[in-house]
Amino acid sequence: MIEILDARKDQIFEKGAQDTFEMTCEKVSVAGSVSQRACVFCGSRVVLYPIADALHLIHGPVGCAAYTWDIRGSLSSGPELHRLSFSTDLRENEVIYGGEKKLYAALTELIETYKPKAAFVYATCIIGLIGDDIQAVCKKVAAEQGIDVIPVHSEGFRGTKKDGYKAACEALYRLIGQDDKAVVSQHSINILGDFNLAGETWIIKEYYKRMGVEVVSCMTGDGRIDEIRRAHKASMNVVQCSGSMTYLAQMMQETFGIPFERVSYFGIEDTAEALYTVARHFHDATILQNTEELVREEVNRIYPEVEKYRQELTGRKAAIYVGGSFKAFSLVKALRHLGIATAIVGSQTGNKEDYEYLEEICDPGTIIVDDTNPLELSRFMAEKNVDLLIGGVKERPIAYKMGVAFCDHNHERKEALAGFAGMINFCREVYASVTSPVWQFSPAKNLRTRKEGTEDASEFCQAAHS
Amino acid sequence: MQANFVKLPTVKKTGPAFVSTRNACKLCAPLGASLVFRGIEGCVPLIHGSQGCATYIRRYVISHFKEPIDIASSNFSEATAIFGGAANLKIALDNLIRQYKPSAVGIASTCLSETIGDDVQGYLEEYRKVHVGVDIPALIYASTPSYRGTHMDGYHEAVKATVVALACGGPRSNSLNIVPGFLSAADLRHLQEIIADFQLPCTMLPDYSETLDGESWSDYQKLSPGGTPVSAIRAMGRAAATIELGRSLAGEETAASCLTEAFGVKRVTLGIPIGIRETDLFFSAVQEIAGCELPQKYAKQRGRLVDAYIDGHKTISGKRAVIYGEADFVASMASFLDEIGIVPSLCATGAPTKKFQEIVSSLLSAGHKDIIIREDADFEDMLDICSKIGVDIIIGNSKGYYLAKNLNLPLVRAGFPVHDRIGGQRILHVGYEGTQQLFDRIVNALIEYKQINSPVGYSYI
Ligand code: SF4
Ligand code: SF4
Repeated sequence: MIEILDARKDQIFEKGAQDTFEMTCEKVSVAGSVSQRACVFCGSRVVLYPIADALHLIHGPVGCAAYTWDIRGSLSSGPELHRLSFSTDLRENEVIYGGEKKLYAALTELIETYKPKAAFVYATCIIGLIGDDIQAVCKKVAAEQGIDVIPVHSEGFRGTKKDGYKAACEALYRLIGQDDKAVVSQHSINILGDFNLAGETWIIKEYYKRMGVEVVSCMTGDGRIDEIRRAHKASMNVVQCSGSMTYLAQMMQETFGIPFERVSYFGIEDTAEALYTVARHFHDATILQNTEELVREEVNRIYPEVEKYRQELTGRKAAIYVGGSFKAFSLVKALRHLGIATAIVGSQTGNKEDYEYLEEICDPGTIIVDDTNPLELSRFMAEKNVDLLIGGVKERPIAYKMGVAFCDHNHERKEALAGFAGMINFCREVYASVTSPVWQFSPAKNLRTRKEGTEDASEFCQAAHS
Repeated sequence: MQANFVKLPTVKKTGPAFVSTRNACKLCAPLGASLVFRGIEGCVPLIHGSQGCATYIRRYVISHFKEPIDIASSNFSEATAIFGGAANLKIALDNLIRQYKPSAVGIASTCLSETIGDDVQGYLEEYRKVHVGVDIPALIYASTPSYRGTHMDGYHEAVKATVVALACGGPRSNSLNIVPGFLSAADLRHLQEIIADFQLPCTMLPDYSETLDGESWSDYQKLSPGGTPVSAIRAMGRAAATIELGRSLAGEETAASCLTEAFGVKRVTLGIPIGIRETDLFFSAVQEIAGCELPQKYAKQRGRLVDAYIDGHKTISGKRAVIYGEADFVASMASFLDEIGIVPSLCATGAPTKKFQEIVSSLLSAGHKDIIIREDADFEDMLDICSKIGVDIIIGNSKGYYLAKNLNLPLVRAGFPVHDRIGGQRILHVGYEGTQQLFDRIVNALIEYKQINSPVGYSYI
């Protein structure tokens, strides 16, 4: 059996098993751990990547760029420049003598070739060490080429993924407010924190259209530089994936007085609640009525199908391990709709309040964990005897080896999971995996079925705290 | 079939026109090293640098193998970057040993730790000193800064480092060492089968045929079972010979050359056995070491392959292909295509290796004038060139989907990575059998393409 490292004990809790719930989180991972987290650069890249008419140049050795080529399912309705991977591919000489010249040449040739609306230059670890003045290079190229060239300070070792989100927000913020001429409706919003994975932004935009609400910009799903430039014209910011974008919403509130609300478009209740939140904000009878109609119509449309799945799936147990904690909240609720209890839930980047909220909405006995690793996760899953894991690419093989069904909830997904339509896709995915006949051959699954319920997980969790 | 009579313009090899790399056709060095370390029994790879590198590498490798692959990181922070990684490395080792109880830890450096000048070898000495008398796992260190080499350099560096750290001398055995290079799990299994059929004991390093392509488990395994046992690696210094696959290794300092120097183990450097010509060389080398005839089984495989070549030749004759990937893989593929009558019109590798041109040219039959051989190439370069010269088929890893989509051409997936299909680790490339499978897939891809694009459709070829 595995040992929980001392340094990790305060990042694992079981609801009801300890007197106090105080999650230690937002700290760097323990050295030697196999964390599921990435780095600062990853955070920045995740947020800015969907901007499809911008050039994304990754300054550093080739790895960071090679691993992120076309990595996510962020769709674009027009240009697809974001799907290419550009790197300055620094070699030994540049590491010794500096990479500014190469950066300048690379930026110039790429802007001239691909004619982007703006360029983002991501600094990776090495840049922080060799001390390239990327600010100066960006400024020079911007002046010569007549487009915004924005440095993103995302050196991998300078913090966590969250600091990368922040750096990305700062980059976006530089563009906001540049276009003051645009005329927008008074009932207008920006969508923040949706990345148009599998076309999810389009689903949500369609809802707002039906409600009579204008979407000025989406940051950054199906994103365009010009839209971002006029984002300050909107009357409200609607923030999803709050971990990444709340910081930008706060800056916009301070500078432009735009209020913001945090929402989630995942699951029936949360989607409805998100749309109502926006409708209520405008105090407009038509919008409110449109919204009511929309929600009624959509819920009626999907309800019978959800019900069908609920009957099949009820009584199962799930584990959730995702990047952002807001996603985790919605998943706990959505699973409950299907009669599935959440036995384990965790995130890579949740903060203290997030975990407190999670503790509130979870059933007693639920294991709540921050920044876990394969060894812990597999152990919890075995002990809680879960039927389903919801996670990303790196978690998938863990589930499969253990004979546990899996639902992809990551940035590479090909099925839209947002909105009412997304709920149906979610049900289908969970159903398809959980009820597949292949598990009958899984040794792990068979073993668990045989000794069902003989092991007690709480023992283990208490051991972790003793 | 239409033969390709049009004489295409010869594009001069001018080196990449772009300063930047656009859609890279190479990966970074610690990735190669991590694969090697996962091919050693009970070994955990530890990437000494910041967290992103390890996580990205894991994600990339998992998407190909579809297996759990734990790669730890020493998790550099800002302070580590300033004061050095000694403390982090020590904590990382402590934690890994406690949690995984490994038989070895394979440490790969990163651009980051190399740039700050971390003396990892020194830190490890220290660690060993502190633990004298305590049973600690074997510690292997490979220096793998990516600004100096690609994943293949990392791969070979890690094999070399492992051998240098562990191999011992002693009375000569009749065992054969195989350093297979970066092949699929199915390839490794096939090579082992071949050697076993020659009744030769064999140590293959690395061997991730089980660890990265394993069975379904009944209990979660901290480290997937399989891999070359540390004890077998120790015995590599006593082997009769080492066969290393990859023509670019000739003349380089490699695991095989180190074994020769230190223990007098005979070194045999061969190309990756893809195609009849390269596979013949492989079999005759093994025959010579084993001192016995080619087993019937392989004589028959070869015979069937020749028969298939003849059955399929008209479909492919004169077709033009683009092949890309690791230099040695491309070289062997070029030799294979050349022997079946497909023109390897563009042979590209992302690695800046000067030898590439020479090696590939030496494997082609005389008379080919319009073949472009590019090192330090990326997928945008390839797309530009292919658009100009015209090709019929794309053969290589799944990143070539980008070419296939843009050029509307068939793609035969081979090599690493295969991210958009299941079973990349089970693609067999080597030996007569692997060549047979590749041949069938290539011929069928061309037939299928023609069939799909045929306005009338047909049900016989
Ligand atoms: S190129 Fe260097 S810094 Fe980038 S991921 Fe690879 S090892 Fe890490
Ligand atoms: S080099 Fe730094 S920025 Fe790049 S992947 Fe590694 S940790 Fe992230």
